[in-house]
Amino acid sequence: MGTIFKFHHDLDTDQIIASQYLLLPTIEEMKAHTFESLDADFSKKVRPGDFVVGGDNFGCGSSREQAPSVLKALGVKAVVAQSFARIFYRNAINIGLPVIVCKDLYEQVSTGETMELFLSEGLVKAGGQEYSCTKLPPYMQAILDKGGLIASLNEAEKSTKGGEQ
Amino acid sequence: MGMTIAEKIIAAAAGVESVKPGDIHTVTLDRMMSNDGTTHLTIDMYHQQLDHPAIADSKKLVFIVDHNVPADNPKTAATHKKMRDFAREHQIDFWEGKGVCHQIMMEHYVRPGELIFGADSHTCTYGALGAFGTGVGCTDFLYGMVTGTSWLLVPETVKFNLTGKLRKGVYPRDLMLHIIGQIGANGVNYQVMEFSGEGAKTLSVNDRMVLCNLAVEAGAKSAIFEADEIALSWLKDHGRQPKQVFTSDEDAHYICEYTFNLDDIQPVVARPDFVDDVIPAAQACGTKIDEAFVGSCNNGRIDELRVAARLLKGRQVADTVRFLIVPASNDVYLQALEEGLMETFMEAGAIVMNANCSVCWGSCQGVIGENEVLISTGTRNFKGRAGHPSSKVYLASAATVTASAIKGFIATEDQL
Repeated sequence: MGTIFKFHHDLDTDQIIASQYLLLPTIEEMKAHTFESLDADFSKKVRPGDFVVGGDNFGCGSSREQAPSVLKALGVKAVVAQSFARIFYRNAINIGLPVIVCKDLYEQVSTGETMELFLSEGLVKAGGQEYSCTKLPPYMQAILDKGGLIASLNEAEKSTKGGEQ
Repeated sequence: MGMTIAEKIIAAAAGVESVKPGDIHTVTLDRMMSNDGTTHLTIDMYHQQLDHPAIADSKKLVFIVDHNVPADNPKTAATHKKMRDFAREHQIDFWEGKGVCHQIMMEHYVRPGELIFGADSHTCTYGALGAFGTGVGCTDFLYGMVTGTSWLLVPETVKFNLTGKLRKGVYPRDLMLHIIGQIGANGVNYQVMEFSGEGAKTLSVNDRMVLCNLAVEAGAKSAIFEADEIALSWLKDHGRQPKQVFTSDEDAHYICEYTFNLDDIQPVVARPDFVDDVIPAAQACGTKIDEAFVGSCNNGRIDELRVAARLLKGRQVADTVRFLIVPASNDVYLQALEEGLMETFMEAGAIVMNANCSVCWGSCQGVIGENEVLISTGTRNFKGRAGHPSSKVYLASAATVTASAIKGFIATEDQL
């Protein structure tokens, strides 16, 4: 069970983390500025296990991986949106942040309400209602299951090297 | 079933005879570019997260410092140093302060038929030369750096049939903003925009770069033109040969098709804070501005500088406006010097800056303050994109931006 933070349609990556913070040395230093222009206290309010809910075209704009990375660093459990911009979607999968397409949830929930995510069932529960979500293609689900693309790369190298011995 | 240009490039990179949309393939990358927006994080991940750090082929890598250049504070200087040191250690091509990454890539590297990853969303620019360029994050970049490959979901292709010819006083920038306004900010999400038709043949490589560059603002994974004689002639002038020239088959599958008649296009602006909120420029005329900007990977080439100089000649920038002019590369800068454009800019009271991303990126010289209004040839007008969150950005062509800089409010070329 986590709290919902809901944002507008066409939510762009500059709103998630603005340009002036991208060259800070680490994601840890950037995360306090997440959603700063929309909700200056977001990083103080959000708790591990909370959810970001978006409308259409969530994460449009820049390829900056800092955008999904600050959400993950703050403990956001998943982003649930009506649709995602492709680079954000791909980056999120690659770093192991679940991105869930759920068409019907957006209009029914508000910031501050709670929800539960059942990832493997493709199901969200909020406000006493159940909402079905689109499941990831198996290839992407496998990356997510391994904890991201780099974790899967390390694992693949390990098994290759193991096989050689 | 035939294939589109994009599908043929992916098939070649995957080493298979054919691909179809929805397939996921492992592709070999021809080249990878990363800039100072994210490379410091990629390098940290390289050292901290890989069990066996190693680079597959450093000759395929290009690092470009173009976003905050020269460095604006000690932390930025440290991120640049990290990038510089890593590039030297691993013999990676390294450019600093020579221009915006996509301009450098087009001037020196991109070849028709290549599949290129760039750690920047506007990597789709390379489609102007018939290459498949797409933007990725630093995890994808790192994976590609280590393996030389990546996973790729084959996108659907959308055909944009261009007819007619742009009228005098109307620019490719107006055309592309108009298209985005019509199809929306996610109009081609995860798809390829393929531009073709007789209208496409009226466009120069510069013009094609303007169109392909902004494709990501409609959600595109990539954008592409066939590498025709115009592209091949440009390539030859830059001392390169194509990897392979692909054309779309007659029976290639397109998820949908649009037709745009270039004769019908008018000067437009995109209103704050969405790139697809596009209206005729005439409707925005009179809006007071504080700053104007001609530059960026979309519109900082010699063509746009020539337009700005033509309109500025014998006129002055309004004394209430800062007008930034930023060449996209040093080659563009030198060309502008040779043609005397720089003198015109200085005499008119414009501020000429070194070749870099400048205020389009919003975290360096030229950022705007509380409630200020910028009219820009940059790529985006997102909320706070160019500075303070309460500031506003209008997007327009170099002509409309320059006319506005002279008037002090949004104006079109024909109002001068």
